Amino acid sequence: MAGSIPVSPTVDGAATLARNRGVTPWSEAWRRFRRHRLALISVVTLAAMVLLVGFGPWIWKVPINEIDFTARLAAPMLAHPFGTDDLGQDLFARMLYGGRISLSVGLAAMLMSLTVGVIIGAVAGISRGSIDAGLMWVTDLFLSLPQLPLLLVLIYLFRDSLKAVFGPEVGVFLLIVVVIGMFRWMPVARLVRAQFFSLREKEFVEAARALGASLPRQVVRHILPNSLGPVIVAGTIDVAAAIIAESTLSFLGLGFPPDIPTWGRLLFDAKDYLDIAPHYALFPGAAIFLAVLAINFIGDGLRDALDPRKVM
Amino acid sequence: MSSPLLEIRGLKTHFATDDGWLHAVDGVDLTIGHGETVAVVGESGCGKTVTAMTVLKLIAMPPGRIVAGQVLYRGRDLVPLSSNEMRQIRAKEIAIVFQEPMTSLNPVYTVGDQIAEVVRLHEGLSRKAAIERAIEMLKLVHIPTADQRVHDYPHQFSGGMRQRVMIAMALSCQPKLLIADEPTTALDVTIQAQILELLAELKAKFGMALMLITHAMGVVAETAQRVVVMYAGKVIEEAPVGELFAHPRHPYTQGLIRSIPRIDTAATHKTRLETIAGVVPKLIAPPEGCRFAPRCKFAQERCVSATPPLREVAPGHKVACVLS
Amino acid sequence: MSQYILRRLLIALPSVLGISIVLFTVLALAPGDPFGELATNPNVPPEVRLALRAKFGMDDPVLLRYFHWLMAMLHGDWGFSFVSRVDADQLILQRLPTTLIIIGSSQLLALLVALPVGIYSATRPYSLFDQVASTLAFIGFSLPTFFTGILLILVFSITLDWLPFVYRADIDATGWRFIWEHVKQSIMPVTVLGLFQGASWTRYVRSAALDVIRLDYVTTARAKGLAERTVVLKHVVRNALIPVVTLVALQMPIVFGGAIVTEQIFRIPGIGSLLISAILANDTPVIMAVTFVFACLVILFNLIADLLYGWLDPRIAYR
Repeated sequence: MAGSIPVSPTVDGAATLARNRGVTPWSEAWRRFRRHRLALISVVTLAAMVLLVGFGPWIWKVPINEIDFTARLAAPMLAHPFGTDDLGQDLFARMLYGGRISLSVGLAAMLMSLTVGVIIGAVAGISRGSIDAGLMWVTDLFLSLPQLPLLLVLIYLFRDSLKAVFGPEVGVFLLIVVVIGMFRWMPVARLVRAQFFSLREKEFVEAARALGASLPRQVVRHILPNSLGPVIVAGTIDVAAAIIAESTLSFLGLGFPPDIPTWGRLLFDAKDYLDIAPHYALFPGAAIFLAVLAINFIGDGLRDALDPRKVM
Repeated sequence: MSSPLLEIRGLKTHFATDDGWLHAVDGVDLTIGHGETVAVVGESGCGKTVTAMTVLKLIAMPPGRIVAGQVLYRGRDLVPLSSNEMRQIRAKEIAIVFQEPMTSLNPVYTVGDQIAEVVRLHEGLSRKAAIERAIEMLKLVHIPTADQRVHDYPHQFSGGMRQRVMIAMALSCQPKLLIADEPTTALDVTIQAQILELLAELKAKFGMALMLITHAMGVVAETAQRVVVMYAGKVIEEAPVGELFAHPRHPYTQGLIRSIPRIDTAATHKTRLETIAGVVPKLIAPPEGCRFAPRCKFAQERCVSATPPLREVAPGHKVACVLS
Repeated sequence: MSQYILRRLLIALPSVLGISIVLFTVLALAPGDPFGELATNPNVPPEVRLALRAKFGMDDPVLLRYFHWLMAMLHGDWGFSFVSRVDADQLILQRLPTTLIIIGSSQLLALLVALPVGIYSATRPYSLFDQVASTLAFIGFSLPTFFTGILLILVFSITLDWLPFVYRADIDATGWRFIWEHVKQSIMPVTVLGLFQGASWTRYVRSAALDVIRLDYVTTARAKGLAERTVVLKHVVRNALIPVVTLVALQMPIVFGGAIVTEQIFRIPGIGSLLISAILANDTPVIMAVTFVFACLVILFNLIADLLYGWLDPRIAYR
């Protein structure tokens, strides 16, 4: 064989090894994931963050909006582990509360973009001709849209009405999730479509067809599960991108209402006090960075684990 | 012609894998004389390609390693040579043609440029002269309208034509030895015949030696002068071609020859296709003893206890089997 | 080749149309009167408001309104800013060069970092250099641009006082001093944008180069006796660039987003900060105009990428 020399053991060897270890595709994936040290550390870190923001407010009972002008912009101390902001409010408590929102926005936006992307990609992948061409044209169109400007415009236009209907918090949450998700489904759709194209001609799908499986059944039971690998990786990256998007919006003053302390919003408030209270900006910024970094490493670990082509 | 052109002695090339060292080539002896055609046969994974790539040191050196042995080209051992020194050997003394013509040529450069590159590198020709040489070589391999085709890109050629281009490129500096690694496996049968004919023609013209790697016994019968049979990283039989087909000694070789479908008997005798039972053993931490023993009908105790050495049992005919 | 260019151009036009439709739909669907601001804005006399309403055909059927708006856009009549009392297109043209220079220099910086690092990493995968570079790349693109900007300001402006952090387009100097002052104030924003892009591109270049290095024709090149350096620079790079170019084009929308943020942090008078201030001031015509310009820029860069792609890969032109 020309080119690179394959390094895997012979067929018999691999099969024997597999039998001996009781290996299934998922445990194989887990084994490969485990070898990515940074990804493992990141899982632990992310889990810690989720636990902190999830249960932290019940343990750290300092209120997030207790204004105390005597302790404005105080550096970190025992009473206020992360210091205080410009109104004397405890930064740690605010960050815990804001963290819930930042992380859940990330998760929700990812779920939305995955759902839309998988559906569109699947429909395009399983149909041919004009439906596929039409969907791809729409996908390409969305891909050419300038994301942040449009995000900002959409929020500007729809924020008030959604607030009126759903209330300030929920309204903006919905708006941000939908708007962020709206710009992230395209790569997923393309991935799914590509997977469908390659899988739908494979023998096992033909076999299912020959056994009388209807089209939906073929898709759901046979094709979809095998396309999941890259989708999972893309989904992970999506969470990170969504967190950054929400933080960016809040940082520009166009995210959640001012009283909701998402991490991006905290940075927005903090940027005017850089010279006298750098901790105010550093903590939320570092939190965003850490969360995104952890998610990115996890995504990389997943890519190593789920990509069958990669030789470990 | 007393000293051979290429002499491989006890070559061992191993690869580091997650599960241990893979003994891809585990003690191979092989000689090729000047102007000789030697066919190296064996199943996929027996080490024939790794052997060829080791000669030119084209394997990735991690994870691969030449653990032992010598590769003597005109008496000079290539194994300890530096990469600079190896580069003088490649394409100029020993050239190689690969199996997949569809992917062996760089898609973004013209065919002429890729051939010219070799010539300019080894003979220092000017660009113009190099393209002239490229046209010459293309004509040599019977590519029509070569002076126009020389400016075309690889994707504009069919598979068979691309293989001709590869051959033209390999021979452009007139090497003494051409290694052809399954040159026709990826092509259909009629093109196969043409390529083999071409190789024979060029071999006669340049007086070069040919190491033909293949797993098709039919090709061997047609083109080779001598045959080397490999199994699981070792040479298990070696003989002149007629002798090998007439009197195969090793059970594996016998199995190989028997498994060739025969057009003359198939019509009258409805026999099943002969196969060799079992599969190739894994090459990681291989056990002692003859590697073919698990599949061999005649296996005995002494086959497993020690590896049988390659011994000459008839003039020019060597076998690694306790039975012969 | 010219056929290919023509085809790409023809595809770009419907995209521009498509985007204009999306923009317009968004505006039409928005509840409330985008021009309602005018009613409360004392600077705008009622006659102007009525004239604007008539011009934008606010009471006409939707299709007609779209057509009018599109025609106006194409004629360069981008509306009148409520806030600054100048034509929107003047505002934009004033500030566009600044944005383009910042974006252009940062992309250049990103390429200068990503190409050598990515390719070198691919030639020595899993080596120390590769692992360090990969980790740094991850850190680089996990750091949001606004945080990096803040960090840089903290370090270089506040603590060390080496660089100014407010961008001034009207520097009162000439010749070398002018250029030097410009460079000093551009270093941080260009670095912020450039390193962020460079970090993510490094990984893509590495992965594209790794894919190519594994291919048969690279082994062929080595078998020809070429030096490893030549193999990489001549055979690998050219092929690896092809997917990288696609990537660069696809990331353009994100780059503009980064530019908006950077302009906010460093108070650079580009079209990004124009958009933000227009939004905060409810200056609808400017908002729509700037968004439209962004969209056209994206399409322009996609077109450039298509052309580059066609130039780099001879297989494309013949399709």
